Amino acid sequence: MNAWLLSILIFSPLLGVLVLMFVPSNDEKSIKWLGVLGTLFPLGIALVVLSAFKMGGEGLQLTEKFSWISYEVFQSKGQVSYPIFYEVGVNGLSMVLILLTAVVSVLAAIASFSIKQNWKSYFILFFLLEMGMLGVFAAQNLFLFFIFFEITLIPMFFLIGRWGYLEKEKAAYSFLIYNGVGSAILLIVFVALFMKTGTMNFEQLAYTFSLPQAELNQLFITKGFKMGMLIALLVAFAVKLPVFPLHSWMVRVHVQAPPAIVMIHSGILLKIGAYGVIVFGAGMFPDQFKSLAFVIGLFGVINLLYGAFLALTQTDVKRVLAYSSVSHMGIVLIGLAAGNEFGMTGAVFQVVSHGLISALLFFLVGALYERSGSSELSAFGGVAKRMPILAGVFLAGGLASLGLPGMSGFISEFMAFLGLFEKMPVLAAVGTLGLILTAVYVLRAVLAITFGAEKELHEARDLTSSERVPAFVLLAAILFIGIYPAWLSDMLRPTLDAILLGLGG
Amino acid sequence: MDLDTLLSFKWSVMAPEFIILGVATLLSVIDLFMKKEASRKPLAWLAGAGVLGALAAIFMQLDTEVTSILYDTYRLDSFSKAFKILLLLGTLLVLVLASNYKKEDIDENRGEFYYLLLSALLGAMMMASSADLITLFVGLELLSLASYIMAGLERRNKRSNESAFKYVVSGGIATAITLFGMSYVFGLTGETNLFLIAQNMQDPELLKHGFLLMFAFLITFAGLTFKIAAAPLHMWAPDVYEGAPVPVTAFLSVVSKTAGFVILLRFIIITFIAAPGIDSESLLLEVQPYVMILAATTMIIGNVTALRQRNIKRMFAYSSIAQAGYILVPFVSNSSLLFELIWFYLLAYLFMNIGAFTIIQVLTAQEKSNDISIFRGLFKRSPWLAVPMTFFLLSLAGIPITAGFVGKFGIFMGALGLEPAHYWLAAVMMATTLFSYVYYFNVIAVMFFRDGEGAKVSVPSGMAAVLAFCAVSTIILGVMPDLALDFFYGNFDINEFFMNIEAVDTHTHDH
Repeated sequence: MNAWLLSILIFSPLLGVLVLMFVPSNDEKSIKWLGVLGTLFPLGIALVVLSAFKMGGEGLQLTEKFSWISYEVFQSKGQVSYPIFYEVGVNGLSMVLILLTAVVSVLAAIASFSIKQNWKSYFILFFLLEMGMLGVFAAQNLFLFFIFFEITLIPMFFLIGRWGYLEKEKAAYSFLIYNGVGSAILLIVFVALFMKTGTMNFEQLAYTFSLPQAELNQLFITKGFKMGMLIALLVAFAVKLPVFPLHSWMVRVHVQAPPAIVMIHSGILLKIGAYGVIVFGAGMFPDQFKSLAFVIGLFGVINLLYGAFLALTQTDVKRVLAYSSVSHMGIVLIGLAAGNEFGMTGAVFQVVSHGLISALLFFLVGALYERSGSSELSAFGGVAKRMPILAGVFLAGGLASLGLPGMSGFISEFMAFLGLFEKMPVLAAVGTLGLILTAVYVLRAVLAITFGAEKELHEARDLTSSERVPAFVLLAAILFIGIYPAWLSDMLRPTLDAILLGLGG
Repeated sequence: MDLDTLLSFKWSVMAPEFIILGVATLLSVIDLFMKKEASRKPLAWLAGAGVLGALAAIFMQLDTEVTSILYDTYRLDSFSKAFKILLLLGTLLVLVLASNYKKEDIDENRGEFYYLLLSALLGAMMMASSADLITLFVGLELLSLASYIMAGLERRNKRSNESAFKYVVSGGIATAITLFGMSYVFGLTGETNLFLIAQNMQDPELLKHGFLLMFAFLITFAGLTFKIAAAPLHMWAPDVYEGAPVPVTAFLSVVSKTAGFVILLRFIIITFIAAPGIDSESLLLEVQPYVMILAATTMIIGNVTALRQRNIKRMFAYSSIAQAGYILVPFVSNSSLLFELIWFYLLAYLFMNIGAFTIIQVLTAQEKSNDISIFRGLFKRSPWLAVPMTFFLLSLAGIPITAGFVGKFGIFMGALGLEPAHYWLAAVMMATTLFSYVYYFNVIAVMFFRDGEGAKVSVPSGMAAVLAFCAVSTIILGVMPDLALDFFYGNFDINEFFMNIEAVDTHTHDH
């Protein structure tokens, strides 16, 4: 059983697809419930995987490896085969992200109750998207990673373009093209790495690149080649993360896509960018990564400040949150740039924490939109009076976002900055300005909605019971990590240690 | 040549060709004697059986060693077998499209349609097997002449006439250019046999004529780009594709293109592999920039112009130009993966393109229009058409878990594999692929995001079978490409391609 566990997990959303095929497309209720059940199933398996996962164990666990494709190439040194394997496995980092994916998917499926039409095709695409995300984090070679990475693109294109708001098609195209650029660069890099080293496996690649330069010369791998590959990788993932100035597509997607999809997008898909930078950048090219640390940190601070400034001036709460995501992803970069234990841990914590917080906030914004038909700040006021629970959760989410101690956002920001202060104090000092701005824009948006003069909403019911589930679960998770971060850091420790070893502390 | 020598040739080598020739002849005779009003539809079964028979014959030849007959002008080697399978498979699928094609003025020519298709196929197969400039050229002409007529098969349709006329004229020019180039090759080496040419290329005397040789290469290569619809001779494709009947368009874009690559490989690789350059050892190395520029230009022209097309057939014409550009990339890198990369890509291309044309044929027939809007709301109207069409478009765009992705991945491997790696060519390919996302996804968007009021689309069972076959193959080759690659590695030894057997044994006398 264990031998197949991860593959079962990755492809478990397909069961939902299969079942949905046999449900008549106008049976709204069954489809929606099957949609939730279909995501609960992967969550259940993810929990089984978690129980099979040895906490604090080193290296990869639950690995699977099958031969898949083999090219045979005749070269001057004789026949060389270029095999591609199907290989999956988990370490601490990917385990955490897989859990995050499984949880957020369930909650997003519940949030999808507000979808008004074509439920069947919606959930089929939703399941495919989940499969792609699970696969991205479990993949242990470049080829597989790329395939799952692209599998997330196509369902997203449809989900945005078909179920989004007014300018949905434009958003879908801009999503497709920007991410297409990213994956185009990725593909070239991956093939180049494959052809130079003859392997696609993450660990083997990391090992190959750690060889002394004299041996690398035989493989025609120069320092310049490594640097070029790293920069290309960083650019590719910068699109995904997104890093200023490549962020415009992401704001558009956050504004136009349906709330449940934005939960997934901002909660998980953006994190693929961070995951990629950690695994491919810091993990494979540690020396080059270190020499670029200042640039990465600089972009981190720019992201943080730029996102915060723009969030401050927005009048649409969705845009506020979108720019807030840009800003918060800056903190991931800041942590990575520090490259020490605090920084790395902070970066990964920020990935998880922002995943939960942004999923929560976008879920609540979706709920608000459903009640008012608007997401303009000016359309709301005094929500706390009529809908105390919604307003309360919203306020809590906002506080988590601005990094209130006791919640997950605090831990990650604190550690990331602690790390950076150790390495680049000036940059870090400038960056802290962003934290103040964060507090200002979050409170501005939250307070404008919850307090003040009461505005007329066409439907002023508080969170319904099905809406309370995602809200409370996410809030609980945010508090849990904020109060007991050791759970997360224990799981991450061996993976981060291995990367830190490469980076040299 | 007396009867004894004639009988001494191992004619079984040509079994597939004889089957096609026989069936084509039979069809033309039957067509002649059939009543004028009688339906020609049943003839399609005969033609299909012929193609299947030829396919079976090739599979029986898989174990045969390299043989050549007719004084080494015609050879059966792994290369010819591998590509003949593609040609036959493509034609078989096109035949199904042809037999389901409905237009008032096609019916009176339906009989001709079938045997012209087979004649064109015969020409293409001859190209795959030729080892001599003369036979190569005869095959090329047979394919071309049959294609010219097929393009104009809708006699009362102005567009179809225009298409045929343009095709003849530009085809004639391309042929002239090719022949002009070939005449230099012949003049410099004094031979028409490809292997003897290759031998004579190593003559030290030729070193003095490096420039002439280069000229010959450039001209011939340019002439041969006509059939694959690549720059500089790609201009005919949009007009011809638009005007020709859909099955003919499918044939031109798949089978005829495959044949074009076959002749490029045969002629260019064998004869020029040892040719000296102007100031270096190898001509092929020196012309790399030229081929690179042609490939890049083709990709750019195809993908950028396709963005502006509203007519679905024109869009696919530019798409097919772009695809030709992708397949030219392996020619630049010239890695040892060359053959399997091109073979695999053409196989993938066969499924995705014929699949797409099947749907285009069904829709254009029902809606009486070629505009992209015929796809409006197709997902609502006929999900079983929209979903396979999505697969084909994704595959053409090179998105994973489709055959097209594996094909593109392989091309990248070829481009980046050898030192020096061709990074900028890979970058051009990737950048133009992004452009292609826009127009391929535009069709997808029209199918899924727009509402259309058109009626449900009915698909004849034959077409449905082709559709299912192509869709399943596109996915299976994307998920398990080893099925095709293992078949290739297991049955074909591409070293045979370069093996000159003239010196060993010309005619076997064992009958």
